[in-house]
Amino acid sequence: MPEPTAKVMLPANFADAPISLYRRGLNFLVTFAAVGAVVMVLLPLAAVFGYLIYKGIGSINWAFLTQIPKPPGEAGGGMANAIAGSVYILMIASVFGVPLGIGAGIYLSEYGRGTRFGNLIRFTADVLNGVPSIIVGIVAYGLVVLSQGHFSALAGGVALAIMMVPTITRTTEEMLLLVPQIVREAAYGLGVSKWRTTLSITLRTATSGVITGVMLAFARVAGETAPLLFTAFGNQYWNWKMNQPTAALSLQIFTYAISPFDEWHKQAWAGALILIVLIVASVGAVRLVANRGMLKGAN
Amino acid sequence: MANRALGAPGLTGPQPLPKEVVVAGSKAQVEPLITGGDSRVADRVFSYAMLGCALSVIGIVGLIVYELITKSNLSWHAFGLKFFFRSEWDPVNDQFGALPFVYGTLVSSALALLIAVPLAVGVAVYITEMSPRWLRGSLAFTTELLAAIPSVIYGLWAIFVLVPLLRQYVQPWLAKYLGWTTLFEGPPYGIGMLAAGIILAIMVVPIISSITREVMTAVPQQQREAVLALGATRWEMIRTGVLRNARAGIAGGVILGLGRALGETMAVTMVIGNRPEIAKSLFAPGYTMASVIANEFSEATGDLYLSALVEVGLALFIVTIIVNIVAQFLVWTVTRGTPARGNA
Repeated sequence: MPEPTAKVMLPANFADAPISLYRRGLNFLVTFAAVGAVVMVLLPLAAVFGYLIYKGIGSINWAFLTQIPKPPGEAGGGMANAIAGSVYILMIASVFGVPLGIGAGIYLSEYGRGTRFGNLIRFTADVLNGVPSIIVGIVAYGLVVLSQGHFSALAGGVALAIMMVPTITRTTEEMLLLVPQIVREAAYGLGVSKWRTTLSITLRTATSGVITGVMLAFARVAGETAPLLFTAFGNQYWNWKMNQPTAALSLQIFTYAISPFDEWHKQAWAGALILIVLIVASVGAVRLVANRGMLKGAN
Repeated sequence: MANRALGAPGLTGPQPLPKEVVVAGSKAQVEPLITGGDSRVADRVFSYAMLGCALSVIGIVGLIVYELITKSNLSWHAFGLKFFFRSEWDPVNDQFGALPFVYGTLVSSALALLIAVPLAVGVAVYITEMSPRWLRGSLAFTTELLAAIPSVIYGLWAIFVLVPLLRQYVQPWLAKYLGWTTLFEGPPYGIGMLAAGIILAIMVVPIISSITREVMTAVPQQQREAVLALGATRWEMIRTGVLRNARAGIAGGVILGLGRALGETMAVTMVIGNRPEIAKSLFAPGYTMASVIANEFSEATGDLYLSALVEVGLALFIVTIIVNIVAQFLVWTVTRGTPARGNA
């Protein structure tokens, strides 16, 4: 953050030069409006978190974390299968998404730097980043669900993987670019081959930054609902099969929120609280890593 | 032998290495990196593998385009371009027109920008130009936290907090004092276009404000000092020295926010009312392109029905892609030439 650096020498009577009431008043008004904007933006944030804690905490109990949903109207039951399902789908997504993203990032920084083809890949990744998540859902439906014949955890994982790739690609590239060229040259000078240098020297030096990117991608897709609606589809029971419909925390929150049952509304709040805690924890962890690791060190 | 080469002066010049590098280097001694033999094959295989990963990014986008075009073919042949100008949506009789969804998407996004842009720019101005230094980082982090909240949680909050609030207090007030504009007519359901616009606004504020902050920080410090030296007040400095230089980038941020608002699905689906009608009043329920896909895709029976939904998706895809490309170009015109920086 640049700060004023130059000390300007001013004439002695400078401070006495009059600034008209209008200009001073306008300056005050704008400052007031800017503070007002900050308050207006922080208000919904506080309201969302406040309500999540207020409404959610009362419904989180052991049963909620260990049981599967009860039929509508019946008290009790939980979201254990949905929590596990979210983790399961995320794992499938990272099996596809993380290697692809890191690989593409390595290509951009180690092979495609400044080339026209590299720019094309970079541009395409940014385009992919802007594709609405519901569209990704349609594509995963067409690719996986239609060919398998039914909704499945795999389809949900593929949809989320597609959403993870551009984020991981771009952060990996940025982190690898921060590694000084001299480090690579040192390895080449010792006779280390390029692939070994890239994996064991360059990537290793940037590890904390790359992990940051992966965690950001996780946080981004963990709460995604739209691409799971017609891929993972949701399930009221346990499922560990790749080719069967699977519950997910975000889907369950959606289903319960629009249902007419009070009991389900309570559970939706509890599920939302758990989801947000998971996401904020991973974003917070990223910030910790980012403050200590490559991001700060190399800037 | 290799060690002697390191001692040779003048190759790269002495530069202090970051700490991490030293750590990585000392580990390298434990496990020898040079395994002997010819590495040309391995290098080639590795470079092709990485190229494959990079190509997969293009492949994914190509796949999206291919899927959307082939699956919407049926509807395209049945209705042609008129699809986007018809307002019937009748799955029973296989009559499909996307006009109400296009209308709902455009109006809710426009409403969202109308609310979000002044707020987001105000927040960015405060953080970069006015706030005390100690507050800057945490304030930036807090506003960005808004972007980390999943859409479905915004929807949940909107259903149970925002909508009752609108129904009981805001909508009667609007109807009473601004009813003459005919924008605020009809029964105050709470759910409807207004609720969708407000929740979208909350969701796009962090995007617009973080881009605006980025481009404002990219404006050289000398600009500010020069304007201040001419005797400007702080606001005059911000307006002439900062905002004017950053305006293309801010426009880019706004358009990026638009892209997000157009494609946003869950929160909107939960509060907009999901009725395929075009109504002038902002109190009336509506429907958006993304919502109709979310609600009806998994239940769509009949090939034409499914195809019509995919065509809605294709249109949404094309619009968001164009919007995003324009936005990125605008941001790039301001930030090019300045070094990359981390957040805050």
